[in-house]
Amino acid sequence: MSDTTDTQAPNKKRNFVQTLEIDTRLLGMIGAFILVCLVFNVLTDGRFLTPRNIFNLTIQTVSVAIMATGMVFVIVTRHIDLAVGALLATTSALMAMTQTLYLPQWLGLELGHPAIPWIAMAVGLLAGAAIGAFQGYLVGYLMIPAFIVTLGGLLVWRNVGWYLTDGATIGPLDPTFMRLGGINGTLGETWSWVIGIVATLAAIWALISARRNKVAHNFPVKPVWAEAALAAIIATGILGFIATLNSYQIPTARLKRMFAANGEEMPEGYTAAYGLPLSVLLLIAVAVAMTVIAKKTRFGRYIFATGGNPDAAELSGINTRMLTVKIFALMGALCAVSAIVASARLTNHSNDIGTLDELRVIAAAVIGGTALSGGIGTIHGAILGALIMQSLQSGMAMVGVDAPLQNIVVGIVLVAAVLIDIIYRKRTGAK
Amino acid sequence: MSTPLVELKNISIAFGGVRAVDDVSIDLHPGEVVGLLGHNGAGKSTLIKILSGAYKKDSGEIWIDGQKADIQSPRDARSHNIETIYQTLALADNLDAASNLFLGRELTTSLGFVDDAKMESETAKIMARLNPNFKKLKEPVSALSGGQRQSVAIARAVYFNAKILIMDEPTAALGVHETKMVAELIQELKKQGLGIFLISHDTHEMMELCDRVSVMKNGQLVGTERVEDVTEDDVLSMIILGKNPKKAA
Repeated sequence: MSDTTDTQAPNKKRNFVQTLEIDTRLLGMIGAFILVCLVFNVLTDGRFLTPRNIFNLTIQTVSVAIMATGMVFVIVTRHIDLAVGALLATTSALMAMTQTLYLPQWLGLELGHPAIPWIAMAVGLLAGAAIGAFQGYLVGYLMIPAFIVTLGGLLVWRNVGWYLTDGATIGPLDPTFMRLGGINGTLGETWSWVIGIVATLAAIWALISARRNKVAHNFPVKPVWAEAALAAIIATGILGFIATLNSYQIPTARLKRMFAANGEEMPEGYTAAYGLPLSVLLLIAVAVAMTVIAKKTRFGRYIFATGGNPDAAELSGINTRMLTVKIFALMGALCAVSAIVASARLTNHSNDIGTLDELRVIAAAVIGGTALSGGIGTIHGAILGALIMQSLQSGMAMVGVDAPLQNIVVGIVLVAAVLIDIIYRKRTGAK
Repeated sequence: MSTPLVELKNISIAFGGVRAVDDVSIDLHPGEVVGLLGHNGAGKSTLIKILSGAYKKDSGEIWIDGQKADIQSPRDARSHNIETIYQTLALADNLDAASNLFLGRELTTSLGFVDDAKMESETAKIMARLNPNFKKLKEPVSALSGGQRQSVAIARAVYFNAKILIMDEPTAALGVHETKMVAELIQELKKQGLGIFLISHDTHEMMELCDRVSVMKNGQLVGTERVEDVTEDDVLSMIILGKNPKKAA
């Protein structure tokens, strides 16, 4: 048997990265992302890596990134969802109509009533989950291929959205609702630091408890210095990100308007920073929740098992049909979350919202290492994939690359990323 | 004689007009190994998949421990302590040994999350017993050798205190050494009082491992004989000719 080969491993001198036990694939993606940032920073004479642009980049990525986390589960189980952009449009239309027409005019809830945004969001989330579950039922129980169901869904749901609004742009949306769009809802300096520090402590606590757990079961652990180095890298990353966002100052004219809105005069020399946008906080919350689902719940375990071998999953007593319904329902709910962010960012619902998002979302998941053959994919990878795509797109726009060329480059990057992934997997021995 | 552990009575199943299993009755007692023999397409695997819940029978009855059982799904079969080692092994290649071993029956923490560390240490324990060479606990099972993958599939069947074990071609992909390990395991499980249905093409091996053999041809049962009452040639002629030489004589 081939067991003899791995007994030599401990004797071999392990390099720095191996000792830290960081996924080399993730490392490669982070490297690619940093490279993209640095190249554009040079090409734009340092305008790419300014706090302002990093702020914009993150809020532009949120909508696609949230949906990409759901797409990971869909693709891991060997399905596809081509209807996410259309579902975003329908749920966005529904939420916009709920807060501007249905609630105020039909139910007599006064415009600006504090309950309006929350009811609208609940309606959107429920509708998204219900539509997703319906598509999942067609795929799981009636055995129609997901490609066909969601291709039909793309046409249906985009035009249901159109039908609901008569194609009109619906706005302005509720001010509280719009706080989830990005620039209109940020935490400010103090709270951003609080969140950053809490996140750092949580990450360190997670490292420590994972180590304790290993020790309790007598599994090998990495050296303490490696754990400490990892903790330091994570802390630097989180706190550096917060510091960057906190150094993006709100323009004086805007600050003056904000004070004027409260009937006050702005004190001379007053400054304030935007800090962490609520939409980014929402993305982080979604990412954490989805990662926990993927790694720590039976639902997540069954998703990956079904993706790896559907027959084995079935024979192990997993109800793979119901699983499909749940996965698509989750995807639908995440489309609604993205719809909140996307329409809030635009401050209104427009008829073409989310157009071509299905392709961006699938591309983000795939660039992030999700394999269309099933069974493989990570949440953080998909988010990083979305970030890389958005960086390319806005970087090229800043450099002044023509729009058609931008799309050509993004298309090539998608194919090249998958090729590199295939070569990487072959070299490292199929994981 | 004691109550049979399993009685399959007059089981039939058809796929699009083809009678894959046609009115077959067999039984199994505690501590007994019953071999199922026959050509490819004779209906052995189909019959056994009805017991393991993978297929739903068209007619017939399944009795377990003297009680009529309703087996509609693999989950039902597992609740009757029936465990199956499939010919294909039915492993999710992208997951590690522990995840496969506990698939569908994950151990969870008090908060309801899957307890990977606990499952891994349990896997390490049972593997130490079944296959002491097994070290690759963290790797996805796609990275394992045929024998190691087989051990994972066997461990999964043995870990959950099976009373009835179905082994579909357990040694087909194995080398000589590993085949011997499986044979020893079967003897050990027999001693513990398990009933085992064994499917194989290797008549010689079956004569050594089984207490009784049932031969199938074209979906029908040719006959069931105690191995000490027949010769290997008798069994071969049952497989090939579809006739029971003892009854003819």
